[in-house]
Amino acid sequence: MPAAHPDTLVPVARPTAAPATRRRRTAAVLPGFGTSAAITSLVVTALVIVPLAVLVVRAASLGPHGFVAAAWTPRARAAYGVSLGASVLAASTSAALGLLVAWVLVRVDFPGRRLLDALVDVPLALPTAVAGLVYSTLYVEKGWLGQWLVPLGVKGAYSYLGIVLVLVFVSLPFAVRVVQPVIESLDRDAEEAARILGASRMQTFLRVVLPGILPAVVTGFALSLARALGEYGSVVFISGNMPFKTEIAPVLIVSRLEEFAYAEATTIAVVLLGLSLTLLVVVNALQQRLARNAQ
Amino acid sequence: MTSPRAPVTHASPVVNAALVAAAAAIVGLVIVVPLASVFAEAFTGGASAWWVALTHDADTRHAIWLSLTVAPVAVVINTVFGIAAAWLVARFRFPGRSLLISLFDVPFSVSPVVAGLALVLIFGRQGLLGPTLAWLDWKIIFAWPGLVLATTFVTLPLVVRELIPVMEAIGPDEELAAVSLGASGWQVFTRVTLPTIRWALLHGIVLANARAMGEFGAVYVVSGHIAGVTDTMPLRVEKLFQEYRTPASMAVASVLAGLALVTLVAKFAIERRLESEARDLATARAQDAGHP
Repeated sequence: MPAAHPDTLVPVARPTAAPATRRRRTAAVLPGFGTSAAITSLVVTALVIVPLAVLVVRAASLGPHGFVAAAWTPRARAAYGVSLGASVLAASTSAALGLLVAWVLVRVDFPGRRLLDALVDVPLALPTAVAGLVYSTLYVEKGWLGQWLVPLGVKGAYSYLGIVLVLVFVSLPFAVRVVQPVIESLDRDAEEAARILGASRMQTFLRVVLPGILPAVVTGFALSLARALGEYGSVVFISGNMPFKTEIAPVLIVSRLEEFAYAEATTIAVVLLGLSLTLLVVVNALQQRLARNAQ
Repeated sequence: MTSPRAPVTHASPVVNAALVAAAAAIVGLVIVVPLASVFAEAFTGGASAWWVALTHDADTRHAIWLSLTVAPVAVVINTVFGIAAAWLVARFRFPGRSLLISLFDVPFSVSPVVAGLALVLIFGRQGLLGPTLAWLDWKIIFAWPGLVLATTFVTLPLVVRELIPVMEAIGPDEELAAVSLGASGWQVFTRVTLPTIRWALLHGIVLANARAMGEFGAVYVVSGHIAGVTDTMPLRVEKLFQEYRTPASMAVASVLAGLALVTLVAKFAIERRLESEARDLATARAQDAGHP
C-alpha cells in the first residue's frame, strides 16, 4: 500500500496531532459538508420531523380534555392493554429463547450450525404479511400444527396466543443477535476458575455467566418489545381483531382511520408514538452501556 | 474435544446435545415450519395452478408490477440519503450530531401504522396540504407517491446504519490524502470512498430492498388498498386472504418468501466479504503500527 509512506504525500493527514485536533481539521479539509448536510436535513425534516410533529400538533389541538376523551376510551384502553400485554409476553419469550439459541450457536459445535445461524435472520427478510398469513393457516383447526394443538385446547389462530406467536416470530432475531456477540466475548477463564473452585455447572451459569450477559438479554428484550409494539402486518392476519379481546392499538388506529375518525386515530397514534420513543431512549441508553462494558 | 483450552466448563455431551435439540426445535417451530408451509401451500395445486394464480389475475399482476416500481424508487432515495448522511456524520463533527444519529433510528421504533397516519395527516384530503394538493390536482395519498413516501420512511435507517460504522472504522486519512493531491469532491467519493464502502452499501441496499418489497402497515394506511390501483404484493396477499382465496394468496406469498430467501443468501455472501475486508483493514493497521 502506498500509504506506507504517508508523510511524503499528505502532510495534512499525518496522524501526529492529537485526535481531537485532527478531527477539527478534517471538517475544514474534506469536501461535501454542505451538500451532505443539505440532503440529510431535507430527508430527515420532510420524512421524520415534520410528519411526527404534525401528528403531535394535530393531537394537541384537541386540548387536554379532548385528547383524553379521544385517547382514553374503553376500547382504546383495552387495545393498549392487549398491545402491551402481548408484546411483553412475546418479548420475554424471545429474550429467553434467543438466549438459548445464541448460547448454542456460540458455545456448541455441531453439524448444521451455520445453517441454524442463517435461519435466525429469516424473520428480518420475510414480509410480515407472509408471516401472518402462514401462522394463521398453520394454527387453525385443519392446519399443520392446529390439527394436533386445537384438540388439546390450544388455539393459535384468531386468538391472543396467535398475537404472541407472530410477535415472537418477528422479534426473535433481535433477541438472538444482541446476545450472541456478548457470549462470544465472555471471559472463559472466570468460568473455569469457578468450576475448579467447586461450583456446579448451574452455579457457574447463574453466578458467573448470567451477570455478564444480563445487560445484553435486557437490551434484546427492549428491542423485541419496541418491534412488537408497533407490529401490524402479521398481527392483523392472525388476531381476529376482536375489540376488547384481540385488538391491538395499531389495528384500532387503522379501523378508526377507515371510519374517518381522525381525532381518535391521531390521539391513539400519539400514545403509541410516546411509548415507542420512550423505548428508543431506553434502548439507546442500554446499548451505550453495553458498548462501555465491552471496552 | 480438541480445544487447546481445558474444557472444564464445557457442558457434558448430553447437556450439549439437549441444548442443540432445543435450539433446533425453537428455530424449526418458529421459523422453518412456517417458511416451508408457504411453499407447500402455494404448490398444493401443482406448479401450473401456482403460475395461473400469479399471472391470470389482472389485479395480482398489477400488484407485482406496483411492488417492482415502488421498492426501487424508495431504495434509490435511501441510497442517496444513506451515503450523504453517513458522510456527514462519520466525517464531520458539529453540534446536534448525536441527536441527528438518533433521529435516523426513529423509523425503526415508530409503528409503520403511525408513520402512515402521519403522512395522511399531511397529504390526505383532510390533511395540512390537502387543499393545496387538490388545487394542483396532485394525488399523493391513495396513489403511487404516497406508497413511495411510506416505503422510504420505514426503510430510512437501513442504508445509513450500515455505512456509519464502516466509514468510522476506515477513517478519513485516505480521503484527506486524495484531497491534498487535488482530487475534487466527486473524485474522492467515486475513487476513494465508494470502493471502501461498496460491500457495506450493497448490504444496506439488499436489506432496504427486502423491507421495501415486504412493507405492509405503512403502505396499507396510505394506499387505501384499491385493487388494481394501489395494492402492492403484500397488500394483495391480504386481500386475497380476506376473499377466501387462500391458494392465490399463498402463491403471491411464496414469491415474497422466495425473494426473502434470495435476500438472505445475498446477505450471507456480502457479510463474508465484509468480514474479510475488516480483517484486511486490521492487518494493514497492524503493519502501519509496526512501521511508523
